[in-house]
Amino acid sequence: MAAALEDVHSDPFEGMAEGTPVVEFDHVTIWFDGRNVLTDVSFSVARGETRILLGPAGGGKSVLMKLANGLIEPDSGEIRIFGRLLSEMTEREMFEMRAHIGMVFQESALFDSLNVEDNVAYRLHEEHASEEEAHERVVEALRFVELEKAIEKFPSELSGGMRRRVSIARAIITKPELILYDSPTGGLDPITSTTIIELVVKQRDVSQTTALLITHRLQDAFTLATHRWDSQQNHMVPIPDKGLNAGTKFLVLNEGRVVFDGTTRELTSSHDPWLKAYLA
Amino acid sequence: MTFVSPEAFAKRIVASVQEYSLLCSRAVGNLFSRPRYIADTFTQMDSIGVGSLPIVVLTGFFTGCVLALQAAVSLKEFGAVNMTGRLVALSMVKELGPVLTGLMVSGRNASGMASELGSMKVSEQIDAMRALGTDPIRKLVSPRVVATVVMLFFLTIISDACGTAGGALVAVVLLHLNGGAFFHTAYMSLVNGDVVEGLVKPLFSGFIIATIGCFYGLSTTGGTRGVGRSTTQAVVVSSVLIILVDFLVTQLMIGIFGR
Repeated sequence: MAAALEDVHSDPFEGMAEGTPVVEFDHVTIWFDGRNVLTDVSFSVARGETRILLGPAGGGKSVLMKLANGLIEPDSGEIRIFGRLLSEMTEREMFEMRAHIGMVFQESALFDSLNVEDNVAYRLHEEHASEEEAHERVVEALRFVELEKAIEKFPSELSGGMRRRVSIARAIITKPELILYDSPTGGLDPITSTTIIELVVKQRDVSQTTALLITHRLQDAFTLATHRWDSQQNHMVPIPDKGLNAGTKFLVLNEGRVVFDGTTRELTSSHDPWLKAYLA
Repeated sequence: MTFVSPEAFAKRIVASVQEYSLLCSRAVGNLFSRPRYIADTFTQMDSIGVGSLPIVVLTGFFTGCVLALQAAVSLKEFGAVNMTGRLVALSMVKELGPVLTGLMVSGRNASGMASELGSMKVSEQIDAMRALGTDPIRKLVSPRVVATVVMLFFLTIISDACGTAGGALVAVVLLHLNGGAFFHTAYMSLVNGDVVEGLVKPLFSGFIIATIGCFYGLSTTGGTRGVGRSTTQAVVVSSVLIILVDFLVTQLMIGIFGR
C-alpha cells in the first residue's frame, strides 16, 4: 500500500530544471463583475521559500491563493506551479497536481459531516490507503499540531483555533511540496495565533516545505521571519543576534497590485510612503 | 430594486443553461471512468429512497383514495361505477404515480441537495474538496444522480401500488363495490405501453431532481441567504421541469404506443 501511495505522489519536481520556481505568476490579471481584483501581478517563489502575503483586506490575496491552486483561472497572464503551466493542464492533471499541494483555508473548510480523523485522513482515503496506515498517519499529523485528543470529535465541537490546527494537519498529512496558508490566524486571539504561527515555523524548518502564507497580522509575519524551530526544546525560539530567516520573503498587495516584493530587511528599510504607513 | 437590461438577463439565462449542460454531461461522463464513489451512491440511495418512502406511500395511498371517490361520483352518472378500478389504475400508473412521486421527492430531495451543497459551497468545503484533489462533481453529483434515478423508479412502483390499494379500500369500504371486480378491471385495463410510460417518467424526473438540486447547490453565492435562495429555486425549477418533461414524455409515448 505504501508503494501505491508513492505512485500517486510521484515527485512533482521531476523534470523541473534546477532553480525553476515552485510558484511563478507572470503578469496575472483577474476581474470579477467588471472590477479588477488582481492587476498585472508577477512574482515567483523558490523551492523551500516561505512567501508571506501582506496587504489590506480586499486586496486580492485570497484570490491569488486560489489562482495558485488552480481553483480559479486568471483572465490574462500565466501561472506556473512546479514549472508547469496551469492553463495547459487538463482537469485530471490539475487534480493530480493538487495532491502535491496542501491548503489551509481562511475558515478552515473542514467537512462538517466527517469527524477529525476522517477529515485529516480524507486524502489518504481517496488514495485507498489501508485503515491502519491512515490511522497511524492521522495520529502523527495530529500529534504535530498537538491535537491527538480531538481525533473523534466533529468540527462543530471544536474551537476556531482547534479547527485551524485540524486544517493544518489535513494539509500536511501527505507531506506536500507546497503549502498555501490562507489567513491561518485570521479571527483568532493573539495566543492561539502564536500557536498557529509556531506550527507554520515548525513545518517550515522541519520539512523545508515551500509555502505561501496570507496574514493580516504584521506581528505574525515578523514572528515568522525572526524565529526558528528548536527541535531540542520543542519550541519556537528567536533567531540569535536579531537574525532573520533567509528563506522567508514578503509580497505586499494593495488594491490588486504588487507594491513590494523582497526580503524582510528590504521591507523594513523601504522608503515607500504607503508601505511605511502600512507597517506603522 | 434594480432592473437588469434584457441583454444581460438573456446572457445570464444562456450562461446558466450552458453551466447546467456541462454539469449534466460531466456527472454522466464520470460514471464511465474511475474513481467511482459506490459507497456514497448507496448512502444517497438510503437517504433519497428509504428516506422518501413514508411521504411517497402516504401521498400515493391518499391520491388513490381520492381518485376512487371522485371517479365513482362521475361514473355513477353513466352507470359505469364498476369502471372505478380501471380509472384509478390507469390514472395512477400512467400519470399521478410518476408525477406526484417526482414532485414529492423533488420537494424533499432537490431542496436537500441544494441546501447541503450550497452550505458546502459558501463554507469553502467544495473548494477544499477540489484542493484535496477530489472532483466534487464525481464525488457529490454523480452518486446523487444515480441514486435518485434508481430510487425514484422503485418509489414510483410503490406509489402506484399504494394508490391502487387506496382506491380499492375506498371502493370496497365506502362505495361498497366488489373488491375482486375492482382489481379485475384495473388489471385488464393496463397494457404494456401504460406500464412502460409510467416507468420511463421517473427516470427523467430523477435525473432532473438530482441535477437541478446539485446545480443550484454548487452555484450558490451570498452566504446563508444564498443557500435559502438556491433551495427555493431548486424546488421550483425541478417541479416545473418535471411537469414539462412529463408532458413531453406523454406525447412521445402516445406517439409510440398509440394511447
